[in-house]
Amino acid sequence: MSVLIFLDQADGHIKKSSFEAASYGAKLAQDLNTSAEGIVLGNVHDDLPSFGKYGLKKIHTIKNDVLNNFDDEVFTHIIAEAAKNTGAKAIIFSNNFNGKSIAPRLSVMLKAGLVTGAVGLPQISNGFIVKKSVFSGKAFANVSIKTEIKIISLNANAYKVSEGEGTAEVVELQVQIPESRVKVEAVNKVSGEIPLAEAELVVSGGRGLKGPENWAIVTDLAKALGAATSCSRPVSDSDWRPHHEHVGQTGLTIAPNLYIAIGISGAIQHLAGVNRSKTIVVINKDPEAPFFKAADYGIVGDAFEVVPKITEAVKKLKGII
Amino acid sequence: MMKILVCISKTPDTTAKIAFTDNNTKFAEAGVQFILNPYDEWYALVRAIELKEADPATVLHLINVGGAENDPIIRKALAIGGDEAIRVNSNSHDDFYIASQIAEVARQNHYDLIFTGKETIDYNGSSIGGMVAELLNLPFISLATKFSLEGNTATVEREIEGGEEVNVVNLPAVVSCQKGMAEQRIPNMRGIMSARTKPLKVVEPVPADTFTEIASFELPPAKAGVKLIPADQPEELVRLLHEEAKVI
Ligand SMILES: Cc1cc2nc3c(=O)[nH]c(=O)nc-3n(C[C@H](O)[C@H](O)[C@H](O)COP(=O)(O)OP(=O)(O)OC[C@H]3O[C@@H](n4cnc5c(N)ncnc54)[C@H](O)[C@@H]3O)c2cc1C
Ligand SMILES: Nc1ncnc2c1ncn2[C@@H]1O[C@H](COP(=O)(O)O)[C@@H](O)[C@H]1O
Repeated sequence: MSVLIFLDQADGHIKKSSFEAASYGAKLAQDLNTSAEGIVLGNVHDDLPSFGKYGLKKIHTIKNDVLNNFDDEVFTHIIAEAAKNTGAKAIIFSNNFNGKSIAPRLSVMLKAGLVTGAVGLPQISNGFIVKKSVFSGKAFANVSIKTEIKIISLNANAYKVSEGEGTAEVVELQVQIPESRVKVEAVNKVSGEIPLAEAELVVSGGRGLKGPENWAIVTDLAKALGAATSCSRPVSDSDWRPHHEHVGQTGLTIAPNLYIAIGISGAIQHLAGVNRSKTIVVINKDPEAPFFKAADYGIVGDAFEVVPKITEAVKKLKGII
Repeated sequence: MMKILVCISKTPDTTAKIAFTDNNTKFAEAGVQFILNPYDEWYALVRAIELKEADPATVLHLINVGGAENDPIIRKALAIGGDEAIRVNSNSHDDFYIASQIAEVARQNHYDLIFTGKETIDYNGSSIGGMVAELLNLPFISLATKFSLEGNTATVEREIEGGEEVNVVNLPAVVSCQKGMAEQRIPNMRGIMSARTKPLKVVEPVPADTFTEIASFELPPAKAGVKLIPADQPEELVRLLHEEAKVI
């Protein structure tokens, strides 16, 4: 028996969200009196045995370049085989782009109930109940999974990575790799950017910044902090910023440790995408801006004056200047 | 001749007050305005309509799994476009059950292309598309931002961490749609009039399992309130973030 954790990789490295999933899965395995095992598909350059520190006893892997390209059907097939081989009681994904593609398929294939967007460990004293984010972050639902096998996909930054001692045993999976029906023709990545979906720190700009030519104050602060950047919907709709930066009800939902909103009014549809952030800072020249009601810290002032000074203070704190 | 199915769902308006009744087991619907799920309306439906406009022989069906109270929303979708709608008469919230109903209708009608939205903005499952694809043994492309069709071959851009991926797939296939696919359309008078006479078929659900059940809802704890820092003391903000909030 096992709790099986899908360790998602990009460019040969396991993603940070997978360390959260591994730590979560390891704790669940402990609660269920079973062992936590990881699965990695494709060629990764990371030192897999060292991932034992997240509580993984074993890591199943297929080192094959074919699997460097993600394919939901192929991946689902292999994970289902691994789940059967290890007698998985629960299977854990990150609720990211790839997780959203595989988990629903696997749910049907294994007749295993799925909860996406989990924000905490299941209650297992009476049934199996997982708390998940609903209404775009405005509420939670406690969802009971009634099937024998359970599948959970965990929201980014919802579970703290825990590191201990331990080495994982790495085993090569013996599974036939099925033919892919989807051909990946190109992968276009903005290199050097911190991926927004799993970022711990995010600096975001709104229409208050007046135009794309003024974005340096946002990107400078982000750079000083080591943060990702995002924006409100009108900003990406006007092509001031790329579409993948749009957060909110109809954009990406994020929950970083720190979200700094600059020149954003705080409309309910914007808040829906960011209100699970641990700490929210709002910088707005209008003291009546609704965002202040959702904020932890705020500065009422002109962004063009305030933000460069914050950037300087951050650099000072970090000893950059 | 192409046949397209668009899956549409009903959600509370984006500004609706979120509250619960019956001992926190039900969403409080009183006074709440319901809308077509934005991803289904703005992206999935409009892109499908564009495909039909490009090839008028295309047949475009809409499907909703829900009760009779969903009919106004379905009519609104028909006012934007589409030839006919099918409502599977069930109020289940279980993703597998809903996907099973959609798959059953799809099996009978042999669609070349099935569009879903990226997710419903109330339960945020992001699950139905992948489940339908697996139930029908079809390829699935999730979170598509662009879709083009040449003959039987679709080229689809999908979002991935920090970028996008270009996929090529032969139909039939299932695609979940998000921003980028199309631009929002407002139904015009002619659309609203013609929607009244378009067929809205109601079918009873087929037996299917449910895998999950919502035990209860809860609201997040209220925020303590904002701590305001004078505009001329940005160092103080940085100090608080470092020492008090411990986030930098
Ligand atoms: C169905 C639906 C879905 C939506 N989905 C989303 C979504 O996903 N994400 C999203 O963001 N929006 C979404 N919206 C739009 C949302 O309602 C707001 O219109 C939008 O968030 C406003 O963006 P903003 O705050 O950047 O601009 P504005 O509302 O124009 O606010 C600009 C703010 O900047 C401040 N400001 C101006 N100058 C300065 C200065 N010099 N210094 C400091 N502050 C300044 C102003 O006081 C103001 O508060 C949606 C709307 C609908 C109807
Ligand atoms: N009850 C429903 N009837 C028809 N389609 C639905 C229903 N619920 C969800 N969908 C479709 O599936 C997509 C994803 O929904 P979900 O997996 O619930 O987040 C939605 O955007 C719709 O396109």
